[in-house]
Amino acid sequence: MKLTLRIWRQSGATGRLVEYPLDDLSPDMSFLEALDVLNERLVLAGEEPVAFDHDCREGICGMCGVMINGVAHGPQKATTACQLHLRHFEDGDVLTVEPWRAEPFPVVRDLVVDRSAFDRIVAAGGYISVPAGSAPDAHATPVPKPDADTAFEAAACIGCGACVAACPNGSAMLFTAAKATHLGVLPQGQPERYSRARDMVAEHDALGFGGCTNAGECTPACPKGIPLITIARLNADLLRAHTSRSDR
Amino acid sequence: MVVDTIRLYRSTIGKKAVMAVTGAALFLYVVAHMIGNLAVFAGPDALDAYGRWLRDIGVVWPVRVGLLAAVVLHFVAAYQLTARARRARGRYRHRRVVQGSYAARTMRWGGVIIALFVVYHLLDLTVGVLNPNGVPGAIHANVVADFQHWYVVLAYTVAVLALGFHIRHGVWSATQTLGVTTSRVVGLGVAVVVCAGFLSVPFAVFTGLVS
Amino acid sequence: MPFYTEGSPIADQRVPVGPIESRWDLRRFSARLVNPANRRHRSVIVVGTGLAGGAAAATLGELGYRVKSFCYQDSPRRAHSIAAQGGINAAKNYRNDGDSVHRLFYDTVKGGDFRSRESNVHRLAQISVEIIDQCVAQGVPFAREYGGLLDTRSFGGAQVSRTFYARGQTGQQLLLGAYQALERQVDAGRVEMHPRTEMLDLIVVDGRARGIVVRDLVSGAVSTHFADAVVLATGGYGNVFHLSTNAKGCNTTAIWRAHRRGALFANPCFTQIHPTCIPISGDHQSKLTLMSESLRNDGRVWVPANPRDSRPPNDIPEAERDYFLERMYPSFGNLVPRDIASRAAKNISDEKRGVYLDFADAVERLGALAVEQRYGNLFEMYQRITGEDPYRVPMRIYPAVHYTMGGLWVDYDLRSNIPGLYVIGEANFSDHGANRLGASALMQGLADGYFVLPGVIGDYLADAPFEPLSEDHPAVADTMSEVRGRVKTLLAVDGDRTVESFHRELGRLMWDECGMERGEAGLRKALERIPELREEFWQRVKVPGTGAQLNQELEKAGRVADFFELAELMCVDALHREESCGGHFRAESQTPDGEALRDDARFCYVAAWEFTGAEPVLHKEELVFEHVKPSTRSYA
Repeated sequence: MKLTLRIWRQSGATGRLVEYPLDDLSPDMSFLEALDVLNERLVLAGEEPVAFDHDCREGICGMCGVMINGVAHGPQKATTACQLHLRHFEDGDVLTVEPWRAEPFPVVRDLVVDRSAFDRIVAAGGYISVPAGSAPDAHATPVPKPDADTAFEAAACIGCGACVAACPNGSAMLFTAAKATHLGVLPQGQPERYSRARDMVAEHDALGFGGCTNAGECTPACPKGIPLITIARLNADLLRAHTSRSDR
Repeated sequence: MVVDTIRLYRSTIGKKAVMAVTGAALFLYVVAHMIGNLAVFAGPDALDAYGRWLRDIGVVWPVRVGLLAAVVLHFVAAYQLTARARRARGRYRHRRVVQGSYAARTMRWGGVIIALFVVYHLLDLTVGVLNPNGVPGAIHANVVADFQHWYVVLAYTVAVLALGFHIRHGVWSATQTLGVTTSRVVGLGVAVVVCAGFLSVPFAVFTGLVS
Repeated sequence: MPFYTEGSPIADQRVPVGPIESRWDLRRFSARLVNPANRRHRSVIVVGTGLAGGAAAATLGELGYRVKSFCYQDSPRRAHSIAAQGGINAAKNYRNDGDSVHRLFYDTVKGGDFRSRESNVHRLAQISVEIIDQCVAQGVPFAREYGGLLDTRSFGGAQVSRTFYARGQTGQQLLLGAYQALERQVDAGRVEMHPRTEMLDLIVVDGRARGIVVRDLVSGAVSTHFADAVVLATGGYGNVFHLSTNAKGCNTTAIWRAHRRGALFANPCFTQIHPTCIPISGDHQSKLTLMSESLRNDGRVWVPANPRDSRPPNDIPEAERDYFLERMYPSFGNLVPRDIASRAAKNISDEKRGVYLDFADAVERLGALAVEQRYGNLFEMYQRITGEDPYRVPMRIYPAVHYTMGGLWVDYDLRSNIPGLYVIGEANFSDHGANRLGASALMQGLADGYFVLPGVIGDYLADAPFEPLSEDHPAVADTMSEVRGRVKTLLAVDGDRTVESFHRELGRLMWDECGMERGEAGLRKALERIPELREEFWQRVKVPGTGAQLNQELEKAGRVADFFELAELMCVDALHREESCGGHFRAESQTPDGEALRDDARFCYVAAWEFTGAEPVLHKEELVFEHVKPSTRSYA
């Protein structure tokens, strides 16, 4: 099948879209494999290949992610770019491929962006403080199955940044809320629940992400379908953190 | 407590909470206003008497002060969040909105339209300078004079629909912000009721049902 | 033709003397300690942030050491441990089904086909229990039952249910636990994190590992980092086969460079081939995707009874299907270990015919909903990749390289033969022998990272701090200039073939000759072909761009260059080991019914190879089995 890729190329402060026609693709290829084909061709032609982040290629590491025709990770729901197969496109389609764009995600090169801001949000409080060796028996605290399931659903976040890329506010609240919810609904996470919400949101804001206004663009873009209700939970925890005396 | 309120307000979620709370206050006022308007269907005397009663019990000025405070806070928080979003968000060459409802995407401009309308509405039916009749206290007559004109009806209709969209997303958004989520259908239902209530008056006058 | 020479055997593995149950206690007691106040004056470099490296860096930080952590990905959370699906073993015996530390120890030694070190495996089984406690306390959302207690399932090679899991994303959840602990230490200032940084060489000064040379993948700058000890947690080298279930970036460079600096490489040919992967769809294929072994809990593996049957699977009637695993191994059935399942499938179908994994029975017995709850995400993944619906059409499965049991040689303390160089997780050779059991990789990575390494590294660091180093030191300057020279050469070749094309060719060769079945003729052929191909690589490879930028082709080129050297050692190891064991199957050494035939009289040892630049030198570590008597593995 044929596709025309209009790809963002950037090596300094600014970049531009460059058009690459590809005419011998297989519908069984993944989107990233189409980029591989293009890159091998560019290398042989003596040009620099398109830089893009990718690693596991099975939708779990969260390293890949590009905007394809203005949609994070492309048109298929709940799918990362590496698992998006060309059979979901029409022969002859023209696809615009751009990096994630947000102030706290500066472009490094071509389609590669710097997402280290996510690590800093986690470092600010996205953990349970339990040094190795200090844990009680795993069955010491039973966890109701629905709570465990809710925690898992939120913990499935792969930190790819699609939520930020899709958000009209450039907000990382879905990412932040996913971690706060994962840890906040488990009994183990209760002691730090409110300070965690406070510290993570403070770091989120300090990093220059926009504020969430419940626009709802993030969940449909999320390859793991992290629900919006996680943000409601984070909101409630943050309000509680600043209004009750329980956890200062 | 004061210190913590300031800290809370500094966070983006705090600003959003202020918008939710002030939005809720404004929404309650809108609902009360809409119900009060329905007095027009009970005849000229009823509506004018309702207006006099509101003044007599002394709620008008306190409500006005409260509303003004809510509007200012609502606006300032919205402005700050918008400015922040402008800095934070990326600009794509090719952008497609995936899911966000029309109502969600038009909150900011919808809010501006509603604010402009409120200014006109106050000059029209509160101060009276833009009203074709413009007699203080003669509420019913003023209203009837207004809605003889198609362009006034149109202006009110546009504004009320903008308000409806704003409420539709706002009600759901406020609950989300305050940590209790409701179905989006609730927002839609409330918005439809408010719009229908408000629009019943101009259309009743325009069609001659009320005169 | 001699292709290796034999050196002195390895005399000391530093295993404490005493009953096997108390050796770990004895070692922890005999290990010297570093006073908490002094720990911040001891520095440790940890390369890799997967389960082993992430857990180690976090734990060393918690203990108060000064830690520098490195990963080539843009965040430590992306290390390939994240992709482990099925689960993690622990001898908790929560099911009361007869499990114990001793049984996990026994199953692991047997599963490894008697080629692992008993003392290490026993320690692993003991620690397994603490790992689950630790991870639950961190908030890892393991699957739970309605009573709120942890759920478990069965994995290959075990008849008890001891595998804890978080849907099909256990590795992800465990890694995020370690990552969060690591970020906590980053925030506390005890761990300095260096993402997008690749280790290109090891600095050895006066016989001690004292630092690493790295390349900043964004700026291209080559620089040095020094410490009192270096820990390699850089994972396995399955990507030598080009197509594997490893992430695209997984590579051997860190351990291979350490090997070139003197670290022994143990059992390099022990490779695990996983039976249930998604088949290849064409030449464009960039990697293989695994489907968890847990699928074999309820899925049934079959082939058409008639080898020439080309009908679609659903048209083949029950009577014309051969459920060969159930037929050949009635007591373990579909849950035999991976090496057995892969080879049985290969023998029966020779990769030409379809091998199916069928859930029709499970859907009928449990209902589609229950099947979805157990395997929903795996089914979705299969459907996304193949476009077929596994609820209705049997899955097609294909074997794929998945894990490498071999790695740098380490003693009981996980220390290589270079003082100060520790190797943990998949990067070492230690616990799995010739075949790893399912759900044991996560167990080993976390055991090494959270408990073993932090428990013994103090013994070495008690002698530190060592003399301060600078880039002017001759040993450091030499290493730096070698690294810079290599980068320069790769860029200077400017040939006419892509890195990818070389990698593909090497991978094909390795898969054919050093894959699931190895024969003398094929291995000798590979040993001739690999040096030719490597030579061609250095003549014809094309790497565009410069070294002073983000240059992903350059990164790949360096990794593939090292794969060429490793590939040769793997073939040497495979050729010298004239027996079949676990994942290493020599065509010349099999029973009449095609099962692996071990030769304990000649090969009951760990083959630890020394790099010389010419023929490698073999050092044997004799394996002594005091508690699990070597026997023919039987799963029938």
